[in-house]
Amino acid sequence: MGLLDRSARTIFWAELVSGMALTLKYFFKPKVTLNYPYEKGPLSPRFRGEHALRRYPNGEERCIACKLCEAICPAQAITIEAEPRDDGSRRTTRYDIDMVKCIYCGFCEEACPVDAIVEGPNFEFAAETREELLYDKDKLLANGDRWETELAARLEVDAPYR
Amino acid sequence: MAEFWTGYAWPAIWIGLQVVAIIIPLLLCVAYLVYAERKVIAAIHLRRGPNVVGPYGLLQPIADGLKLFFKETVIPTGANRGVFIIAPVLTFTLALIAWAVIPVGDGLVIADINVGILYLFAISSLGVYGILMAGWASNSKYAFLGGLRSAAQMVSYEVSMGFIIISVLLVVGSLNLSDIVNAQRHVWFVIPLFPMAVIFFVSTLAETNRHPFDLPEAEAELVSGYNVEYSSMAFALFFLGEYANMILMSAMTTILFLGGWLPPFNVAPFTWIPGPIWFAAKIAFCLFIFLWVRATFPRYRYDQLMRLGWKVFLPISLAAVVIVGGVVLAFDIQSLVK
Amino acid sequence: MIIQSLAFYLFSIVTVASAVMVISARNPVHSVLFLILAFFNSAGLFVLLGAEFLAMILVVVYVGAVAVLFMFVVMMLDINFTALREGFLQYLPLGGLIGLVLLLELAVILGGWIIAPGAAERAAAPTPAIDSVHNTEALGQLIYTNYIYFFQAAGMVLLVAMIGAIVLTHRTRPGVRKQKISEQVAREDSIEMRDMPSGGGI
Repeated sequence: MGLLDRSARTIFWAELVSGMALTLKYFFKPKVTLNYPYEKGPLSPRFRGEHALRRYPNGEERCIACKLCEAICPAQAITIEAEPRDDGSRRTTRYDIDMVKCIYCGFCEEACPVDAIVEGPNFEFAAETREELLYDKDKLLANGDRWETELAARLEVDAPYR
Repeated sequence: MAEFWTGYAWPAIWIGLQVVAIIIPLLLCVAYLVYAERKVIAAIHLRRGPNVVGPYGLLQPIADGLKLFFKETVIPTGANRGVFIIAPVLTFTLALIAWAVIPVGDGLVIADINVGILYLFAISSLGVYGILMAGWASNSKYAFLGGLRSAAQMVSYEVSMGFIIISVLLVVGSLNLSDIVNAQRHVWFVIPLFPMAVIFFVSTLAETNRHPFDLPEAEAELVSGYNVEYSSMAFALFFLGEYANMILMSAMTTILFLGGWLPPFNVAPFTWIPGPIWFAAKIAFCLFIFLWVRATFPRYRYDQLMRLGWKVFLPISLAAVVIVGGVVLAFDIQSLVK
Repeated sequence: MIIQSLAFYLFSIVTVASAVMVISARNPVHSVLFLILAFFNSAGLFVLLGAEFLAMILVVVYVGAVAVLFMFVVMMLDINFTALREGFLQYLPLGGLIGLVLLLELAVILGGWIIAPGAAERAAAPTPAIDSVHNTEALGQLIYTNYIYFFQAAGMVLLVAMIGAIVLTHRTRPGVRKQKISEQVAREDSIEMRDMPSGGGI
């Protein structure tokens, strides 16, 4: 570029104007983002979200208190206490997950021999207080009941790769 | 007693009503300017922006305001309490009192004083104190550096702004804002004085600490500059003050260069629309450019900012005063625009 | 009229009080802030006198520019003011003497109107009537006619001061690399545009 050309570009702010023109063009383009709370992106069946404790179809809880999840949990977020039930089967009396400590690695899910503890597709469980994020057994079972159809479908889709 | 009512009480109430009539729409505009900024920048980024609180997210600024209002006011231990509290109040008040002289329509102005443009210039030059005081009183190095940067920047760009205002005044031959607008009946000053209008607009960007000259609050280096230590309503006052200043500077650009309340062409369909609406539309246009620039350009480096102010804008605006003055004198422009 | 006198007393009381605070405040930054308050209220007094142009110029020049520089310097100073005050009594006689001289001079100036009764008249004579022109215009007519030489001389003094300051501080240091923006922008060999075949490299 010659001197004249160059100084003309500087004086008339060619770069600045072309930059502004570009952003103005984008201003009128359709949006590319999702309308989030009303639209959501697709989730993989392996997505690791909020935890849930599942039940068998007859209503019996799956967890047999083997404590493998507690042992493998790298953040030590799971606390389990167990004793034999009246009918002699081994069940948990306490199953707490500290969702604040949890790093959502999914090891608990992997370790579980009976597919009892799973991480579901729900990621919208923000709370206003810290205490609400200390989940106990009732909360986890309630989660399992609420998400069961989806959890079962996810496990089935993912089963060939496990 | 009758003298008390006619002489003092009614004028006082009338002035109070006028003040309310200016301030309430202004505060609403400030709130929705924040919303507009988020929406415009989101559109340029191909995002949606706030869309959950109320229809199209229209209640978002109110939600934000309420949130700030209910936060706790924190005053740092080492802070100079008095100055710390005065600073945001000063910033906000200065952004509001300048509106006393802005003519929103033909004759629609609270105080039609003879030195209106000087008053505006004086008020905008005082704005630096709020920031300087906030930076010093916070007793924090980030806030202090932000305050210093901001003060140096505002003082530098005020000089070129002043010269450009002078070149407009030379054309009009009056310091009264209504006279300045009326002088643009035939042609808006943005056409004959186009380079000056552009420099003035860029200077107002620097004056209000907006992008790409937002060095005082450069997040990357200074966290958030002079208002790091502020929280709750004190922060809200700074925030509102900054946006009110943006609107004020847009109003100044409108009055000086875009013909204030005058319609673009003095023919039928344009003249049906009342003046204040034209005025608001022109302010909205200027504000859109503010936001558009913010979404387009990266931040200046500090030495480049100073170079632009002192070595580019100042000589150009000085030359503008001389050239415009010469042309005005040679062709007797002042009698043409009268 | 009452409002006017109330405003006058408000402005003057605040001016005097803040002027006192300027010299009595312990914190130098507070001193500067009080100085600004004093300037501001004097501007208010000017407005009451009908000299709105002077008022605005006072705010723009003194508050908007000069006091900002004061503030800058004072904020960055780290002086132990108690240590500075230790020698205060030692300088009291000299300071008192200077104060006395200033007071005497003020008295002579004010007395000048009595000593030479024509002086006030002569100074006021060229001012046109207040209702025919704005005070901005009146001021311009005075400055650019009667006092044009003084005005130009004042301008020259300021210009010399400015050039002096630039000469004193502006020195060319060897070995400093400076950014040349125009060259940087005009550089063309830094970017090369190429058409890339898909799946292939350069």
